[in-house]
Amino acid sequence: MNLLDVENLWVKFPTRQGVVEAVRGISFSLGRERLGIVGESGSGKSMTGRAILRLIRPPGMIEADRIALEGQNLLDLSEKDMRTVRGERISMVMQDPKFSLNPVMRVGDQIMEAYLLHNKVGKAEARKRSLEMLDAVSIRDPERVMRAYPHEVSGGMGQRIMIAMMLIPNPQILIADEPTSALDVSVQRQVLNIMDDLVKQRGMGLIFISHDLNLVSEFCDRVLIMYAGRIVEVCDADKLHQATHPYTRGLLNSLPRLDQPRAKLEVLSRDPAWSEAPSVGGRA
Amino acid sequence: MSMIEIEGLNVWFGHGPDRVDAVRGASFSVARGESFGLVGESGSGKSTILRAITGLAPDWSGRVDIDGQALAGGKRDRAFFRKVQMVFQDPYASLHPRHSVDQVLSETLHLHGIPDIDARVRSLLDDVGLGGRFRFRYPHQLSGGQRQRVAIARALAGEPEILLLDEPTSALDVSVQAEILNLLTDLRAEHGLTYLMVSHDLPVIGHMCDRLAVMKSGEIVEVMDVGALRAMRAEHEYTRDLLAASVAPGPHSA
Repeated sequence: MNLLDVENLWVKFPTRQGVVEAVRGISFSLGRERLGIVGESGSGKSMTGRAILRLIRPPGMIEADRIALEGQNLLDLSEKDMRTVRGERISMVMQDPKFSLNPVMRVGDQIMEAYLLHNKVGKAEARKRSLEMLDAVSIRDPERVMRAYPHEVSGGMGQRIMIAMMLIPNPQILIADEPTSALDVSVQRQVLNIMDDLVKQRGMGLIFISHDLNLVSEFCDRVLIMYAGRIVEVCDADKLHQATHPYTRGLLNSLPRLDQPRAKLEVLSRDPAWSEAPSVGGRA
Repeated sequence: MSMIEIEGLNVWFGHGPDRVDAVRGASFSVARGESFGLVGESGSGKSTILRAITGLAPDWSGRVDIDGQALAGGKRDRAFFRKVQMVFQDPYASLHPRHSVDQVLSETLHLHGIPDIDARVRSLLDDVGLGGRFRFRYPHQLSGGQRQRVAIARALAGEPEILLLDEPTSALDVSVQAEILNLLTDLRAEHGLTYLMVSHDLPVIGHMCDRLAVMKSGEIVEVMDVGALRAMRAEHEYTRDLLAASVAPGPHSA
């Protein structure tokens, strides 16, 4: 059975100008693999990630035939039951650690809180586990970092702390929404490698949301390409560069490349038919 | 003659024990009509150099010559801003949310003392590929790429010779990035502009610039031309690491 099965997912926002459909009927599944979702801003990729965790606030609406986590439809759960799913079974790393860590709480207390919420253990045990987890994300001086406040750590370290916090309850699925966009290229790799190792070791499913095609093609197993709320193409990550959809081709060609100098970059010309075409199924 | 000549530039923030030396002993020169790149990770001081040139970072020492004229302190006169303009990273933050495109551009033209504002606004909008329909829109009615075009139009208003570009596309999608980079390429050719461009993205710098300087913790570690960059012929170890991080295959080995 798939870890996660999403069928006909819609995310809608009613506005004064009518209903905005951010995600328009997409279906995909996730096994114990690394699934990339790429697209431009506004393509609905982040909304997809949030909808899985039911993190879309009213008046936004999530509609789907089902969002099944190991056969259990998350849409049928009460808000209370949903809270035990978040963190414990599916957790999420957001884009910018500056905004996702609590600025007035010591890093150590935040990580311990994440562990204590889901495990009935004493503080000493939680502390030990937190130190181990910080060590697992290659933080050299975990004792000091435990005592630090988020503003006292760098962006790359903040993101590693976030990953530690999200992985400590040992979830089955990690959703990473642009986890490295706020980081420097040199730190990006490091953070990705750490995340990759942990996901592999624990046999988790990973949904990796990014706008960076190269990163996704290197880092994931399978890629969904989203455009205007629909999936326009699904391909194996290592074959992304042989993608056939004109949108994917356009995105790939618009990137400047060091090895292929050009006087002019190719500009994407959008075809209205792309957003009209029905969504491609993203089932493995 | 070089358009921008920088020698032994030091820039610092704060004083006493809180003093942070953001740039230390940076030297490079940019020829007229050249496009020069500054790369490095965040905190390496690349944007600070631009800020020191425009007077936004007033504490600096060393020599900065713009078109043969030495700058001093943090004050710049009108003539300077006619010659040098800056485009900022985030078009969402650099435009006044309650000023229409028309207000933004006409105010700038007025400040530069340029006559016939109405016609100039129209030609500026045409220059950056926006056209008259966008003239009375407000920033929230524009996409990120369109906003950056407005910011570029504003920079071009005084017909400058030098554009300082501070990560002009890093807040934009790749498809929009291509449009803006193409626009910048065209404008440089049309107006004979000199670019000093900051980015952390080596392929972007490789595409836009003739030469580049690599910065690390406030110091320039290497100045190279784009040919060497493309051929991966970096002298300094840090540049090699940066290059490797920009092109090397990731953790897909397993």
